[in-house]
Amino acid sequence: MRVAPKDIQSFRDDFTYSNSAEAIERFPFPFAEDEYRYSVNMEPHLPKGGEGSAFEKFLDIDEHYLSEMAERQKVLNDMPQRCLAMPHMDLACWDMVERIMLSLSADYPDYFSLTREGDLWSWENKLLNIKDQFTFGDSSSLPMPPLDYIGRQVQGDFALLDQREGDLFLDAGIITCPADWSLAFDAGMSFKEWHGPVPMAHSEGIFERALKYLIAIPVGKPVRRLNWTLTVNARMDTSPEKYHEWGHERASVTPENVGEKVYLRVEVQVLDRMPRSNAMMFSIRTYLLSLEDLVTNKEWAVRMHRAMKTLPEPLINYKGLTRFHGTVVDYLSQFDPLN
Amino acid sequence: MSNIDQIPVRVTAIKQVAPLIKEFTLEPQDGLLTPFSPGAHIVVEMVSTGSGTDKHSYRNAYSLMSDPLDSRQYRIAVRLQDDSRGGSVYMHQQVEVGTQLKISPPANLFAPEWMAKKHVLFAGGVGITPFLSYLPELQQRQAEFELHYMYRSKQTGAYSAELQENLGSGCSCYDADLGNRCDIAAVMSGQPLGTHFYICGPEALIDAVRATADGMGIPASAIHWEEFAGAKPGLPFVVELSRSGVELAVAADSSLLETLESADINVPNLCRAGVCGQCVCDVAEGEVEHRDSYLSDREKQSGQVMMPCVSRAAGDRLVLDI
Repeated sequence: MRVAPKDIQSFRDDFTYSNSAEAIERFPFPFAEDEYRYSVNMEPHLPKGGEGSAFEKFLDIDEHYLSEMAERQKVLNDMPQRCLAMPHMDLACWDMVERIMLSLSADYPDYFSLTREGDLWSWENKLLNIKDQFTFGDSSSLPMPPLDYIGRQVQGDFALLDQREGDLFLDAGIITCPADWSLAFDAGMSFKEWHGPVPMAHSEGIFERALKYLIAIPVGKPVRRLNWTLTVNARMDTSPEKYHEWGHERASVTPENVGEKVYLRVEVQVLDRMPRSNAMMFSIRTYLLSLEDLVTNKEWAVRMHRAMKTLPEPLINYKGLTRFHGTVVDYLSQFDPLN
Repeated sequence: MSNIDQIPVRVTAIKQVAPLIKEFTLEPQDGLLTPFSPGAHIVVEMVSTGSGTDKHSYRNAYSLMSDPLDSRQYRIAVRLQDDSRGGSVYMHQQVEVGTQLKISPPANLFAPEWMAKKHVLFAGGVGITPFLSYLPELQQRQAEFELHYMYRSKQTGAYSAELQENLGSGCSCYDADLGNRCDIAAVMSGQPLGTHFYICGPEALIDAVRATADGMGIPASAIHWEEFAGAKPGLPFVVELSRSGVELAVAADSSLLETLESADINVPNLCRAGVCGQCVCDVAEGEVEHRDSYLSDREKQSGQVMMPCVSRAAGDRLVLDI
């Protein structure tokens, strides 16, 4: 059984967001080893984990669907520039519309349906009460630009990377739940430029190897990797634009509240070649799990403790954990028999 | 979840479009083909009907030349090559309407730069094919472009009449058999800043355009080319695979990659022409005759890596670390 979308919860102010027991069980826990190690950790984006798993479908629609779509709307109403597409990316945006509509309607026929008669497409999203007819490829036939339109109906942030000069350029995206990076700042940057702030990996040649691999990803062979950080409170929008609203919360973590206040934030990142435009679709699907929910799984609790304990200093700083990393390790140590 | 491997297709039409060029229409066995981007190619796998050691399989890359928005069919055009190792002869002589072939999903190593102010396309002979898939999207985007098409009408020159009719002054044709030559320097001079130049054709044409660009101070990043030459024959040699101890004989008209594939050793590859870099292999022993345009000079001199799709042993023996 898959978890069905539940009523809207909030990712700000009163933070009513919560995970059901089923959602905890299917959480994509990222640490495969006790010691934290830096790696590109790419694998084919194929189904894994069986029915109901976060990796069962191409796009994962879970119990937080309505909450995340409501949050996205709030962010975009407040800051419309969190969705942008340079003019040469129009075809790539339509590629994304096609990929998402085809996959959602095939994987979740109870929620989404698509009928196509040539270029005339009819789309229904029963979860959000959306029903539209449009001409595929004609941006004026949709109520809003194609990237904005589809991005408001699918969980996760999306970037569209133009491929040219043997490099990838961040030329379009809808980014409302970033782990402290800004679309407006990174727009137009090359692969190495937007990874500029990442510590350690530059000297290890990781980016050269990753880029060579990425630009050769063919159509129909998507790959995924997991990334993670820690977030204070169940806040989706930890963008630099809103730093004044969340930055100070990192000083609010105490030994008493760390279990409920600190969340493991996991990103399932998928890279998928777009067939019509040759662009790369880069999706970042974010999952949040409080430490107190995480430690209900004994194995995860032990592993989480060891991974946090061995995290190198430059990564602690880069991920913004400096203020509360020690408190997290102390809290987790009580669950590790080898402590 | 979409994950595509090889696609079975059926040849539904064959047209002689120039004295040495045939056009093939390929349709899927069922459903629709995936849309593709302008400049994309597929790798066609052909298995000849011989038996035993005569059985030979060829894999050649061909540009898709149909409208990228049409997912009911793909079209490719194949020139009968003078120095064919078998693939183009097979396509011309053995493939008929109804023949079943296997193709790879489309991959693109020759996409237009949509940020360009203007696009200047140089096609030589059958090198017109990738540009045929550029045209619908260039027109849709109302991009500024000009096409310069060079051919010998006694051999090639497919679609020249249609192109002239549809593109008008946007298409200039040069039939060398009628003594018409393209003055490349004249075409390239006076183009607006931000123009990108694309070449698909024989090596001599690519070299000429690149040299002209160099002389004019046009940055290398504004020049894009695709060689349609794949592997060329060479001397036979023996390859040893150090991890398994397996020894294979590479025939004069087979590439190392093809030899590995026929022994069921799968090496990832996209272009089969020494460009994409996917099939790179570690060399444990032996001299390599490098024929690719992917590895840097330093990597070639190191003797530690090679591209088995086009490169061969310089001696009679090579040991690969696979």
